[in-house]
Amino acid sequence: MSATDFKTDVLAPTTEDELVGVVEAAIANRAPLHVTGAGSKRAYGHDVAADRALSTLGLAGVSLYEAAELVMTAGAGTPVRDVLNLLDQQGQQLAFDPVDPAALYGGEPLSGTIGGVFATNLSGSRRLTAGAARDHLLGFRAVSGRGDVFKSGGRVMKNVTGYDLSKLVTGSHGTLAVLSEVTFKVLPKPDTERTLVMSGDGAAASLAALRKASGSPFDASCLAYLPAAEASAFGLPSAVAVFRLEGPEVSVLSRRDSVADMLAGAARSFDTLDEPASQALWAKVRDGVPVAAADLAVWRISTAPTAALDVVSRIAASGTEIAAHFYDWAGGLIWLGLPEQQPAADAVRSAVGAHGGHATLVRAPSDVRANVPVFEPQPKPLAALNARVKEAFDPFHILNPGRVVPRS
Amino acid sequence: MSLMMPKAEQEILDRRGELVERLRAILPEDNVIEDEAARRAYECDALTMYRQLPLVVALPETVEQVSQIMALADEMKVKVVPRGGGTSLSGGSLPLEDGILLAMGKFNRVLEVDYENRCARVQPGVTNLAITKAVEHKGFYYAPDPSSQIACSIGGNVGENAGGVHCLKYGLTTNNLLGLEVVLMGGEVVRLGGKHLDSEAYDLIGIMTGSEGLLGVITEVTVRILQKPEVVRGLLLGFPTVEDGGNCVADVIAAGIIPGGMEMMDNASIRAAENFQPCNYPVDAASLVIVELDGTTAEVDHLIARVSEIAKAHNASDIRVSQSESERQQFWAGRKNAFPAVGAIGPDYLCMDGTIPRKELVGVLKRMDELAEKHGLRVANVFHAGDGNLHPLILYDAAIPGDIEKAEAFGADILKLCVEVGGVLTGEHGVGVEKRDLMGEMFSETDLKQQQRLKCAFDPNHRLNPGKVFPTLHRCAELGHVHVHRGQVPFPHLPRF
Repeated sequence: MSATDFKTDVLAPTTEDELVGVVEAAIANRAPLHVTGAGSKRAYGHDVAADRALSTLGLAGVSLYEAAELVMTAGAGTPVRDVLNLLDQQGQQLAFDPVDPAALYGGEPLSGTIGGVFATNLSGSRRLTAGAARDHLLGFRAVSGRGDVFKSGGRVMKNVTGYDLSKLVTGSHGTLAVLSEVTFKVLPKPDTERTLVMSGDGAAASLAALRKASGSPFDASCLAYLPAAEASAFGLPSAVAVFRLEGPEVSVLSRRDSVADMLAGAARSFDTLDEPASQALWAKVRDGVPVAAADLAVWRISTAPTAALDVVSRIAASGTEIAAHFYDWAGGLIWLGLPEQQPAADAVRSAVGAHGGHATLVRAPSDVRANVPVFEPQPKPLAALNARVKEAFDPFHILNPGRVVPRS
Repeated sequence: MSLMMPKAEQEILDRRGELVERLRAILPEDNVIEDEAARRAYECDALTMYRQLPLVVALPETVEQVSQIMALADEMKVKVVPRGGGTSLSGGSLPLEDGILLAMGKFNRVLEVDYENRCARVQPGVTNLAITKAVEHKGFYYAPDPSSQIACSIGGNVGENAGGVHCLKYGLTTNNLLGLEVVLMGGEVVRLGGKHLDSEAYDLIGIMTGSEGLLGVITEVTVRILQKPEVVRGLLLGFPTVEDGGNCVADVIAAGIIPGGMEMMDNASIRAAENFQPCNYPVDAASLVIVELDGTTAEVDHLIARVSEIAKAHNASDIRVSQSESERQQFWAGRKNAFPAVGAIGPDYLCMDGTIPRKELVGVLKRMDELAEKHGLRVANVFHAGDGNLHPLILYDAAIPGDIEKAEAFGADILKLCVEVGGVLTGEHGVGVEKRDLMGEMFSETDLKQQQRLKCAFDPNHRLNPGKVFPTLHRCAELGHVHVHRGQVPFPHLPRF
């Protein structure tokens, strides 16, 4: 979906001053804005009731890229594709490996904006070991719901000057401020990679193997378990545990052998994916491809790795039909595909609640999202604190009202 | 002291007796410290140039007691200053004359270690090093390692977002947390996160981390623990110029290598360290770089060869590779002693903490020499080279009248210089009271007001650690006012899709 698909009027300021003007006018008219970038994740979160959309697409361009300093500054509306291309030319990357929303929501691959990447904090498989988007945002400029231009953070790696507002705006879905510029940490791409594929064992033992490997010194950057049906989508013959090893070739090969040796068992067999096959596999795991079939509602559940299997068992035991699922982050992230009209929110959330964590309905039809909280509902004191934080930035509720917490 | 703190409220000073009595109703007798001599132990943290006797010291032992104290403080309108290990270098836990000093030292238990989920749940008074000690028999450790790790508490680490020498690869405190329990002003207890990753709503763990005790009192911390690398080895590199050392650091990173640690010392620090305790450093080198590489044996061998080549290409006069763990420790010995070593030639020193873009290092060191001349004081530099965090150590003599003020002025000039070249006032020590009045160098009034509005969401009456971080306190009601430039219509010339 692109910005042209909005049914509403889309304003796309090209300077920060114009952005202030749009927000001030919205305040003056008490007319809420649907804050967006390219609209690539427009169906993520609750629909926003606003007559106008405010897009950051006009605030595009990389103003600073110093590869040796591991830092880039870009307008919030800069296409992710452009950012990744520039980084690629210097052998660098966004280590948190942002989810490409195209698989879930349709549209062109990598059509989102860098501002949207941070606004949603949707990090990929390497999140377990490299951190989330929130760990990579060093600083930003933005316009608050009061119409004020403000900044926080900086361009250096280590900075504790003032509150770390970068953490707060990351994952805030445009409900606190409209990002105009982001400064983030970039990292070298590994020389090469392989994926160790382990098959022959059941879910419980395979998930235990993922945890064991992630607690070993062999430094697997991504660890996932794909049940048989989901694995077949990758051309793999059976359920597999997959371990991604990245770095200098000599190190990758020795660590692959070490992981295989550590996990060796009678029923288990091991295989290796070469670099291109490994990259292709992890791009699909990152984007949730195995659960992204057109007619499914999709949940992302973050929980303790040891809880993963029980969470899924509880959901299944509730009578919910699980159409597809798999585990990433050594079990700490469960991707779940359920019939799209029956996302079973109560069953999902009660299963997660038994262990701690949160469940996000990352995809469902608009009418379903209208009746199910997309983001994990908060206990009262926390909900109140979150509401006060929102108030501190957007007292008139003009920025993406209802996007995260549905209006009651 | 020259520092201005919020004026003590006479009404609170007058009600001290009542406050003490009510604290005694919450806490055991010995946990309320009223006696002046005993309070004296809490009059400063590691920024010893500023001292203030607290109104009363409270030492809670349970979350319930913390909650009751916070409710009492709210009711009696008394300020609260939280304190962990008391090792802040920025005066983050400097007491207030009319405030309760809430010392969290009795929260000293490791509550749970969960190896399979690779985390540990600990009370805030547990020291940083004690976490590693609790898990190292299984080959795990807690990554952030501020130099005060023997004494600093994890609660304080969260409050200050503490760093250390391994930040570039393993992150600061904020990158190594999973959960917090926090008592808010008023006594409400909230739990954030747990054993899972990422926040379900606003990232309040992220905002608590580095909030310098202004938003809430931390009563429990869940940290991530990591498996120790198979091998750790060090390189000790000497260079004939600062430029060569700086360029070597830049090229290591540009080559795609992120070392576990990468430290740099200037000649003044090298000599001070060597004089303090001989560590076989090349005393004629203009700069010394210590690179630590960790990982599997094959990987570390490979990286050592590459880093050595890069060092050679930058005219390294000395390239030593550790052949044993004790040799690696010896490489670090001088660096780890740098502060006391400089202190020994001081007789006093002020440790600054700016961060700069790395490429600015040479220029900044040159300008710093000029500033040293201007202020008539000496300076030695140690540098977390990988991440650009600079620790200039300003030498002064507190016994000489006017020397403290000169050191403060020199320090302020250095931090202004850091900001001027694109850096920041503080990389890991925090703003506290020390850098509070310099915040305007980096932030506009609008930036600072927005930060204070966030404070208002947590503490609308500014009772929690006031006088820290922000140079001017604005009442929350005043911050709520909005000035809208009326009459501005949506820009007609904007492109529309």
